[in-house]
Amino acid sequence: MNFSVITSQFWSLVLQGLALGLIYALVSLGYTMVYGVLRLINFANSEVFMIGTFATLYLEVHVLGYATNSPSLHGAKLVWTLVLVFIGSMIACALLAMLVEIVAYRRLRARGANRLASLISAIGVSIALLEGMRIITISRPMTTPRLLDKWSFGEFHGANFRIDTLMAIVVPIIIFVVLDRFVTKSRLGKSIRAVSMSEENSKLMGININRVITLTFCIGGLTTGAAAFIYTTVYENTVFNVGFNMGIAAFTAAVLGGIGNLRGAFYGGIALGMLEQFASAMLGSQWKAVTVFTVLVVVLLFKPNGLFGEAVQQTRT
Amino acid sequence: MANLTRFNLRDKGAEIWAGWSRPVRTVFVLAFIVLIGLMPFAASWGPTSFLNTPITSFQNVLVYPVGMFIMMALGLNIVVGKSGLLDLGYVAFFAIGAYSQGILSTLYGWNTWEVMPFGIGFAMLAGVILGLPALRLRGDYLAIITLGFGEIVRIVAINLSVTGGPNGIPGIPNPPSVFGLHFDLMHPETFFWLVFAMILLVIWMVRRFTIRRPGRAWEAIRQDEDVAALMGVNTLVYKLWSFVIGAAVGGAAGVLYASKVMVISPDMFKFDVSILILACVVFGGIGNIWGVVLGAGILAYMPERIRFISDARQLVFGLVLIIMMNMRPDGLLPRKKREKITEKGAK
Repeated sequence: MNFSVITSQFWSLVLQGLALGLIYALVSLGYTMVYGVLRLINFANSEVFMIGTFATLYLEVHVLGYATNSPSLHGAKLVWTLVLVFIGSMIACALLAMLVEIVAYRRLRARGANRLASLISAIGVSIALLEGMRIITISRPMTTPRLLDKWSFGEFHGANFRIDTLMAIVVPIIIFVVLDRFVTKSRLGKSIRAVSMSEENSKLMGININRVITLTFCIGGLTTGAAAFIYTTVYENTVFNVGFNMGIAAFTAAVLGGIGNLRGAFYGGIALGMLEQFASAMLGSQWKAVTVFTVLVVVLLFKPNGLFGEAVQQTRT
Repeated sequence: MANLTRFNLRDKGAEIWAGWSRPVRTVFVLAFIVLIGLMPFAASWGPTSFLNTPITSFQNVLVYPVGMFIMMALGLNIVVGKSGLLDLGYVAFFAIGAYSQGILSTLYGWNTWEVMPFGIGFAMLAGVILGLPALRLRGDYLAIITLGFGEIVRIVAINLSVTGGPNGIPGIPNPPSVFGLHFDLMHPETFFWLVFAMILLVIWMVRRFTIRRPGRAWEAIRQDEDVAALMGVNTLVYKLWSFVIGAAVGGAAGVLYASKVMVISPDMFKFDVSILILACVVFGGIGNIWGVVLGAGILAYMPERIRFISDARQLVFGLVLIIMMNMRPDGLLPRKKREKITEKGAK
């Protein structure tokens, strides 16, 4: 147990925790949005993230033609390249997420099958994607080109404000603000909330359930794709099983914040990121997962629906 | 297609079974047991030699993964199928059983038969420790807690010195001989008989539970927990029982596994195994013993049989899961739509 790191590296840990936590928060939207509407764990989302990182890599290397040792870009060219790759990754993930819905969920839902059947078919999709990518990449980890030169704005009590860390904090916050507005204000967003409250009643109110569910998967895919882009830009590598740990962390974040709840995913992600950073600094990184799950159990014991979950009465359907 | 997906072999089988007299049933069961007992020799007998597996010998495949997976799937079926609790960390109990055998046999020189009750006991204890807080939660929260528990057990095994860290524990002894049956590398068929005996024991136990008070309580909890609680079922206690009995089966499988493979490492107890066992349960027909046995048998055997497409076999496995679940969402042999609770067990 090493308490001195808390005081000496406090701001650095907070900054790193925030950056990591917001990536988790974006991926956890892929779980929480789907859970809100379908009451199902979207097990394939971790593989959507994995495909997103490879989509980023593919766009940078094969479409735009940068090699891993290419010099970093500057000015307007940097901005439009990153924006292009960012949008590409989001679109790839959104398409994949919608495909997952069609393959794994739609037919089973139409037949009124039990929840575990959809869970297993989603796991099947997850295994197929994972193994497909493992065969394609021959299990090799891959490095992405450093398009964004990682210059630092300056230091604050040992916290290094690097451009990629700031990007990992600012972009998710913008996405969350936009999404929150979308879900609370727009007609489509309202229909998503209606379906998550009661599928039957939404149907009676003339909402096209299938369209709403596809839209939910699409949004989850978009945010997961954004997270994949940020992750790849910050860590500059990817491997076929990158989604596994990310998926577990993001799902934990969703549960911690209260699954099915958009703001819960945001705060849950940040809480988890901070927790991981401080736990690794104090106890060593091998005990990170143990600490996280212990905290999760304790939180759920006192707040059975997560930190920002809805009241128990509403979730019992 | 429509016929294929609606056809329920289980109901058909139950119909035929109900028409038989007691001696016919006994003869059938005995013949069935003998037939399964002869399974290890199937690969070397002409007409059934197509069963042979390319890389690992067929007899070893029958023990692990097939036998072990059937046993664990039956254990998990008590938790997921009978009382409807989603457990994503079942491998933890398997690991606890295996490490009990590994540690107690290498450090204290206990043999498998002596370790067995302790391995089961530790797994049950872990079940209580995990279950008491986790079972107060509902549905998918339980899923993530159990998933976390499975990971914690593996991480603890990697980081402790008594468990041998990431390298695991080598040199675990085989079980000593009983009744002239030797358990060692040269005799995989005796291991199969041992696993088979334990599977029969588990099946018998589950059937007893199902028609008696716990089974009825689980069924009530699975259908509607609130109503069950209102009708006076102590839901926490019965959920805990199903959890702990499931854990015990997992622990027993773990002890056997460790003494079969002789070396264990944390890599063997990854999240994938939990998922695979859950897939076995749902694939075969959740809640129905014969469905679970069939599902686990197929899912454990298939990847070994198709090892010739070595790299793509897991890919094929994933595709099979998607296609099968879409064709038969209730599994190969689904349980009866209205599970009847017999008056026989009522007190």
